Amino acid sequence: MSAEPILEARGLSKTFRAGGALFGKSFDAVKSVSLSVAPGETLSVVGESGCGKSTLARMLVGLETPDEGEIFFKGAPIKRDKALRRQVQMVFQDPYLSLNPRRTVLDIVAEPLDVHGLASGAARRRRVEELLASVGLDPAAATRFPHEFSGGQRQRIGIARALAAEPSVLVCDEPVSALDVSVQAQVVNLLMDLQKRLDLAIVFIAHDLAVVRAISQRVLVMYLGRGVEMGLGDQVLVAPSHPYTVALRSSALEPDPARARLARGTAARGEPPNPVDPPPGCRFNPRCPRATDICRAQEPALKSRPGKTAVACYHPVEDERLVEA
Amino acid sequence: MAEQAQQASVLSVSGLDVSFSTLRGELKAVSDVSYELKRGEVLALVGESGSGKSVSTRAVMGIVRGKAKVSARRMELSGQNLLTLPEEDKRKLRGRKISLVFQDALSALNPVLSVGDQLGELYRTHLGVSKREARERSIELLRSVRIASADRRIDDYPHQFSGGMRQRILIASAIALKPDVLIADEPTTALDVTVQAQILDLLDELREELGMAILLITHDLGVVARMAERVAVMYAGRIVETGQVDDIFRAPAHPYTAALMASAPRIESVGRLEPIKGAPPNLIALPPGCAFHPRCTHRGELCPTVRPELVGSPERKHACHYPLVETAHVG
Repeated sequence: MSAEPILEARGLSKTFRAGGALFGKSFDAVKSVSLSVAPGETLSVVGESGCGKSTLARMLVGLETPDEGEIFFKGAPIKRDKALRRQVQMVFQDPYLSLNPRRTVLDIVAEPLDVHGLASGAARRRRVEELLASVGLDPAAATRFPHEFSGGQRQRIGIARALAAEPSVLVCDEPVSALDVSVQAQVVNLLMDLQKRLDLAIVFIAHDLAVVRAISQRVLVMYLGRGVEMGLGDQVLVAPSHPYTVALRSSALEPDPARARLARGTAARGEPPNPVDPPPGCRFNPRCPRATDICRAQEPALKSRPGKTAVACYHPVEDERLVEA
Repeated sequence: MAEQAQQASVLSVSGLDVSFSTLRGELKAVSDVSYELKRGEVLALVGESGSGKSVSTRAVMGIVRGKAKVSARRMELSGQNLLTLPEEDKRKLRGRKISLVFQDALSALNPVLSVGDQLGELYRTHLGVSKREARERSIELLRSVRIASADRRIDDYPHQFSGGMRQRILIASAIALKPDVLIADEPTTALDVTVQAQILDLLDELREELGMAILLITHDLGVVARMAERVAVMYAGRIVETGQVDDIFRAPAHPYTAALMASAPRIESVGRLEPIKGAPPNLIALPPGCAFHPRCTHRGELCPTVRPELVGSPERKHACHYPLVETAHVG
């Protein structure tokens, strides 16, 4: 990472109770996760359902308060500072649920302007039209309602809204997973263009490794609330070291019959365990082909390794190509 | 030769049309769709949302929701003509000859019945076996979809299973009566990738064991590449290209197929993707000529006015006036 990080999270943890506040059992949705992202850079957070990636995203934008750890914007703790909060905006997953169906596009996109008192009257309208144009929509769309738009267009509206407050950081929670492939590519490209133009830092939450590869420079892999591998996209996605990342990588199917058929009969065993009742030691150990006694006894910490990805594993997969190089 | 191919087909559909009447006009969900599914093979119907891939198979099952008009020139399942068969007899075929696995296992299973009761009911109604035998068979069935300690879990309810396990139970109920044809409608879309890999492996194994044919409906080209021998690409209710998976992935002839493949991100490539401009068309007001022409970068003179027919050999067909020429074959 070359540039100074603009957003940094240190040791974020969040505990929820499953099955009621009083009698429920608590579990760590996110445990001691740290990350940072620089202007113009995209950090992707990948993992399967229940790994805590969405909770992490919600903490970054202030929709959840971390139980432990802190979030810094340009080195200053964000806490409840509204001016700093404004700098970190969110794009939601489902463009059908995240836009109020009874409000016009104008009011939806202008919401951050209203909340932060950034513009009113004709200036407000002008700003919204500008924003719509910047995400590739006709400014005339301002008077229409969300149901008049396709999924891809709605996601553009969601992005325009996120940009209204002129943030430095966008946190995108699975922004394209509800879209068709051909439209998904439009939105991914739009995010990359906007990033270039506005020097945005992007935290991109996703489960699709191929999309992640397209958009991100660095990648954090999460499993059951823990960061298990972090590093450059080239390393994490192409030559992964954590056995869980390896399993994710080999189950990702590509539109290439010869390659995709290699995946036949190689599925990782088991499923992510119930986070309320996690296994002792490394949380991946019951599914891991490399697990030994220490993995079942003590949880490994995320450790950085020179020239390689940081990994939370006692027996990382060493890639020959990397060793030779 | 043609007759032989016909004999080997377990499901044969020709000229299928499905339309819905809506307040804003007639919605043509499926137009002139034809395909043959041979014994033991996997045919994938691939397309984006609204392409008609799901509706076209539901029409075959006779379970299209709402007020739909369904017509076809031919619709045959395991030698029986579905167009003339009385509803009562058709119902008997569902489950025994053809069955369906949905995307969403949680809503497809009954939450207030134990898994054993739901699976057992199938055997009791279709085969008229005793309660005890139905239970025995259900345990066997759970084992066949690799559910551990099936004899204990038989009395559990759907919510007590994980997403992947529920999908296994749904598959179990679909294969209980050893159908000739399994329609798998986005069977892994709701699952995590590592679990998806397991379910696809299971479908492979079951197909081998039972010799059933699978009609796989998906939007995911990776799943098609992994599972299917043949593929039919759908756009706006029509099949626009069909043939062997290897041939089509190597050299798509229809510009839509090519564009769809180009738009899919790949782990090897970083940077900008190649989207298809615009959005899939409104099925109530389809563009004239080729429905894809407003989005096509390869369109010619005929495209806005004349709809291209699906032409070619029995092995490989496309519906395009100006198909892409295979360049990989030069030299």
